[in-house]
Amino acid sequence: MTGLAEGAAVAAPAGSPAAWAWLMAVVPLASAAVLLLVGRRLGRAAPWVAILSAGFSLTLAVWTAVWLGAREAGERTVVHTVATWLPAGDLEVDWAVLVDPLAVAMSLLVTGVGLLIHVYSLGYMEHDRDIPRFFAYLNLFLGSMLVLVLGESLLTLFVGWELVGLCSYLLIGFWFDSRANASAAKKAFVINRVGDVGFMIAMFVLFGAIGSLSLTEVLPAAEGLAGGTLIAVGLLLFLGATGKSAQIPLYIWLPDAMAGPTPVSALIHAATMVTAGVYLVARMSPLYVQIPEIGLVVAAVGAATALVAALIAVAQSDIKRVLAYSTVSQLGYMFMAVGVGAYSAGIFHLLTHGFFKALLFLAAGSVMHAMADRGDIREMGGLLRDLPITGGTAAVGTLAIAGFPLTAGFYSKEEILAAVADTAGGEVILAIGLAVALLTAFYMARWFALVFLGPRRFEELEDPPHPHESPLSMTLPLVLLAVASLGGGLLNLDPETGLLAGWLAPSVVAFEQTAAIIGHGLLEAIAIALALVGLAAGVLLYRGGPRVVSEASTPVVRFAQDAFRVDELYRAAIVTPGHWLAVGLAWFDARGIDGLVNGAGRGTAALATAGARVQTGFVRSYALAVLIGTVLLIAALVGVWMAAADDLMLLGGWR
Amino acid sequence: MSALAQQLPAGVEIPEIPWAAISPELTLFGAGILVLLLDTAGPRRRTSSVIALAILLGIAALAAIPGGAAPEIVALLVGAGVLQLALTLWLHTRPRLLGAVLTVVALVATIGIAAWQYQAAANGGMVGTESLLADMVAVDGVALFTRFVVAGAGILTVLLGFAYLQDRRIHRGEYYPLLLFTATGMTLLASAADLLMVFLAVEILSLALYVMTGLARRDMASQEGAFKYLLLGAFSSAFLLYGIALVYGATGTTHIATAGVALSDPGTPAGLVFAGIALMLVGFAFKVALVPFHMWTPDVYQGAPTPVTAFMAAATKVAAFAAFLRVFTGGMEQLAWIWVPAVSVLAAITMLVGAALAVVQDDLKRMLGYSAVAHAGYAAIGLVAVSEIGTGATLFYLLAYAIMSLGAFGILTILERRQRKAIAVADLRGLWQSAPSLAVMFALFLLSLAGIPGTVGFIAKFGIVRAAVDAGLVWLAVVLVISSVIAAYFYIRVIVAMFMDDEPAHLADAPVPPASAASTAVSVAAVGVIALGVLPPAVIDLAERAATFAG
Amino acid sequence: MLAEYLPLLLLFAIAVGFVGVSLIVAARLGPWKPGPVKAMAYESGIITSPETEIAGSRFPVKFYLVAMLFIIFDVEAVFLYPWAVVLRDLGWFAVAAMAIFILLLFESYYYVLRKGGLEWD
Repeated sequence: MTGLAEGAAVAAPAGSPAAWAWLMAVVPLASAAVLLLVGRRLGRAAPWVAILSAGFSLTLAVWTAVWLGAREAGERTVVHTVATWLPAGDLEVDWAVLVDPLAVAMSLLVTGVGLLIHVYSLGYMEHDRDIPRFFAYLNLFLGSMLVLVLGESLLTLFVGWELVGLCSYLLIGFWFDSRANASAAKKAFVINRVGDVGFMIAMFVLFGAIGSLSLTEVLPAAEGLAGGTLIAVGLLLFLGATGKSAQIPLYIWLPDAMAGPTPVSALIHAATMVTAGVYLVARMSPLYVQIPEIGLVVAAVGAATALVAALIAVAQSDIKRVLAYSTVSQLGYMFMAVGVGAYSAGIFHLLTHGFFKALLFLAAGSVMHAMADRGDIREMGGLLRDLPITGGTAAVGTLAIAGFPLTAGFYSKEEILAAVADTAGGEVILAIGLAVALLTAFYMARWFALVFLGPRRFEELEDPPHPHESPLSMTLPLVLLAVASLGGGLLNLDPETGLLAGWLAPSVVAFEQTAAIIGHGLLEAIAIALALVGLAAGVLLYRGGPRVVSEASTPVVRFAQDAFRVDELYRAAIVTPGHWLAVGLAWFDARGIDGLVNGAGRGTAALATAGARVQTGFVRSYALAVLIGTVLLIAALVGVWMAAADDLMLLGGWR
Repeated sequence: MSALAQQLPAGVEIPEIPWAAISPELTLFGAGILVLLLDTAGPRRRTSSVIALAILLGIAALAAIPGGAAPEIVALLVGAGVLQLALTLWLHTRPRLLGAVLTVVALVATIGIAAWQYQAAANGGMVGTESLLADMVAVDGVALFTRFVVAGAGILTVLLGFAYLQDRRIHRGEYYPLLLFTATGMTLLASAADLLMVFLAVEILSLALYVMTGLARRDMASQEGAFKYLLLGAFSSAFLLYGIALVYGATGTTHIATAGVALSDPGTPAGLVFAGIALMLVGFAFKVALVPFHMWTPDVYQGAPTPVTAFMAAATKVAAFAAFLRVFTGGMEQLAWIWVPAVSVLAAITMLVGAALAVVQDDLKRMLGYSAVAHAGYAAIGLVAVSEIGTGATLFYLLAYAIMSLGAFGILTILERRQRKAIAVADLRGLWQSAPSLAVMFALFLLSLAGIPGTVGFIAKFGIVRAAVDAGLVWLAVVLVISSVIAAYFYIRVIVAMFMDDEPAHLADAPVPPASAASTAVSVAAVGVIALGVLPPAVIDLAERAATFAG
Repeated sequence: MLAEYLPLLLLFAIAVGFVGVSLIVAARLGPWKPGPVKAMAYESGIITSPETEIAGSRFPVKFYLVAMLFIIFDVEAVFLYPWAVVLRDLGWFAVAAMAIFILLLFESYYYVLRKGGLEWD
């Protein structure tokens, strides 16, 4: 059990960083407000305001982590109530922060990657005309994500959850002049809402059953809940997670979200926001351990998502779409981990993925920057020479995500696979996991080869770009992230005794072995072999450029290129019927309900006009109104008196 | 037997005058007289200031002689005299600025004194929940709370008005004395423990307000508003006075608490009781603008110079409600069964009619005038809840409304200076482009008035709904929600115009005037709206603790 | 107790009744023949003309102003009588109180004077 579930939370000592942790979220939010209001007047200083506030949050996060690390292991769950917001009957909503190892780990990732991406954007967005707005949104996102991570109550968490959704919407549609971007933003928002409904109902159920939404009260009480309630809450929360973290069936918004600026894709749609679902499940681990069967459902959905997305990624040709599908696929891995109960492994992969996926996206951004915003990898090639830093760091990222030995991705993926292998009923999931490992290595190698190796195909284009390495503000984050992607494995060299596992122990439930499907050494060997084979195959096959698809396999490849036509499927199965239903309802609405509403509206307007007519402007009619009112008032009081008179008479009073 | 009847045969007695308890009123009134004197004296104001110093020194000497007053009081009196002399010498060439500065100083001093009284009451010191001055005034929670709000609103009003009045060339010397006299009337009304004192205070504040409404002598709307306000105000005062007379006839006393007890005595003639309650109700309903006694509100709000409107909306409402609360929920709690149904119906009609009529308005001041009517309805719910929670909710609501309306009218003050005319919804189109911070703050105030979460308006409505539900008046809460939905329409209409529409061409050249004082005031209100919306507990707590009546 | 008020109520009813009945009877029985002369303003028998308005019924507003100021100060002065009656009982306190009152009154007078309220032209 975790510290929270045992009710071991302690109040933050005054003056400790935990008591100031709320500033981590509030400072970026305030800075966002400033930038939105007076950003244009700040001019060139605007990005620096944003960067400073992000730096502040990172500093505070580091300080908090150091402080927390110095405490006794049993006292690392710290709650600080900033203020009471609403006392509504039994529902007490506090603005309270929960500082525990999990929250601190997440906030380090969010502020660290966030700061790097702020810096990167300085170069990337240099020529945009709306820089203050962009940085305001970035800051808003940073603050919101920290609200999500640090929120002590599910409701606070939900506020952050919704705010990051809003930021995602705003940033996908940042260049809202383009129709595609605007509709991608809408798509992301609408699909996220579907998941949010699940989250909300889960909160209602929890509040109904426990009478509180505070994590310090919900988690200890989770043990005593009825089985049905647990299953319902588990599934509903997971529905919320599938929306935010782009899992089947709600993953289709993420590839479209690549319409936003690349730093946004890196920060929100790869490293941080999309992992919120994983965080949610890990946070609720004391609840999920009681329902292992639902855990298996979670793992199975994760495995299926991982496989489908990896297959689609193989056929994509847009530099960012490949990475988007790979994000979906890697998130599938994380859900496999948390599904089988290996929460620290899931968080570990979340962190390493945050490093290398942010790195890959930023590298992609750097490439697009150099290629005058072209994104088709079939038109690239040989860029390693022009962009040595970008190419080199991208190679590191590719190796890490492919699980090349000793990189960060290798350790985290290995832990997940090992955990699945130790879970009863995990055979199929394990097989899929290994297959996805192979596919991942393959499509990433393909991506790297098409972009950076082989002939320089772009020189044959009509208006050939002249690639050049990006400025320091962009390459510096790349290098730092590459270092993290290489060395991130040090965080947790061993699933049980590693640094991260020990650190997270008070926050998440420990993994419990229920089976031994395959020996860990053998598994590791297989995974390494698969990664090497995939990498080699990808590089060898695509070093020369895109391959001509053979006649026979065209339909299959086309199908994968079209992302399995899931969008079309949804359109046929849900959107179209929904559209007709809406048309029908609209008809009913226009005739039936609008009759009422319009009637009411017209009635109000008519009444108001009539009322305004009474308001003639003549003092005499005003005085008349006062007089009539007085008469009516006296009449009313006399009425009350008459009604009461009989009773009072009986009581012997009131002549 | 009444207190008065006991006193008469024994000859006239000097009532023990609790100087400390009525010191805020004395400060405000004295400052008003001083500012008036300095204004009247014209170029000779330095001489007048010296005379004023002499008078204050004389009073200080009187206070010092009997050994009654503490040395601090004497020092304060002397300090006040020296301070006003210093300010006069410094600003004697700029009489309006002198008036404004002295007014702000007096209002700040009032806040300070009220804070000291609060402290003393909290420590069980000399003031507290007790009636003083031959039972004429009571310094209790309601009174102190109102003093804070009125003085705060007064300070913001001065900041809002200075440049505005200057621009409209109606910056007359009487403005500041009138403001101070109004404030005196308001604080006195809130602490009046006797029906006669209630009447006197109502007249003090009303007479000054009539004049302030008509301050713009060349503006027909202002004159019309003042005239209507005067006639109808006198008309309703008559009802109030008649009601008081009937209550006195029935009980032989005008002391609120005593009369309340006597009225609920079965031996009291019922006809007098009912007629008295009904007529006093009319008087109060007029002052707080409940339908159908509200008809003066839109005309007066529209006609009065905008800073005056702001002050009227923010402070008058608080003071009138404080007295309304004291007389009805405080004094006549036993008789709640008689008046609660009637006031509930009035509140419900007020909420609906105010919101509905605001929908069809185009002039923003008029629209906010109708919205003020609707808000009076909301605040009245806390009154009919007849509970401490209800009283606290009403007080907090009034504070919230004071902040929001000062902010909203403050924005209009700035915009009117830009266009030199009354502002219609169409004039706000594209404000977001030309003055983003004004547009955002105005949107904030409107959203708060509409009761959107995260703003103080929401918290205040929430408290009202809670009080209504606690008191079993669920139907009133439902009406409140319906009214809020209607009201949201016209608030949001304005926001849409500001943010979604393009700026009309004729406005593109008109720069938004620099207004540091007014912007400061509006920003303070904006901070208040957000701060109390996000972290209200301290003030709610204060309001709930203020929900006590002298007994 | 309420019975004591019965005569009052009767009187009120008679008064209202008389007015009502007179109005109705006059309207019902009287002939209705409007003419230009009948529509003219009635000035107690004096033929209305612009001259009479100045010399007769309509006064310049200045008269009202002065009259009002007179009444205000006159009424305030009335307070001096009861004060004089009990002055001995109350002693210096009353003197101080009346001094403040007179000071305030003087301030008002000063205001009126300075604002030209007492100047005829």
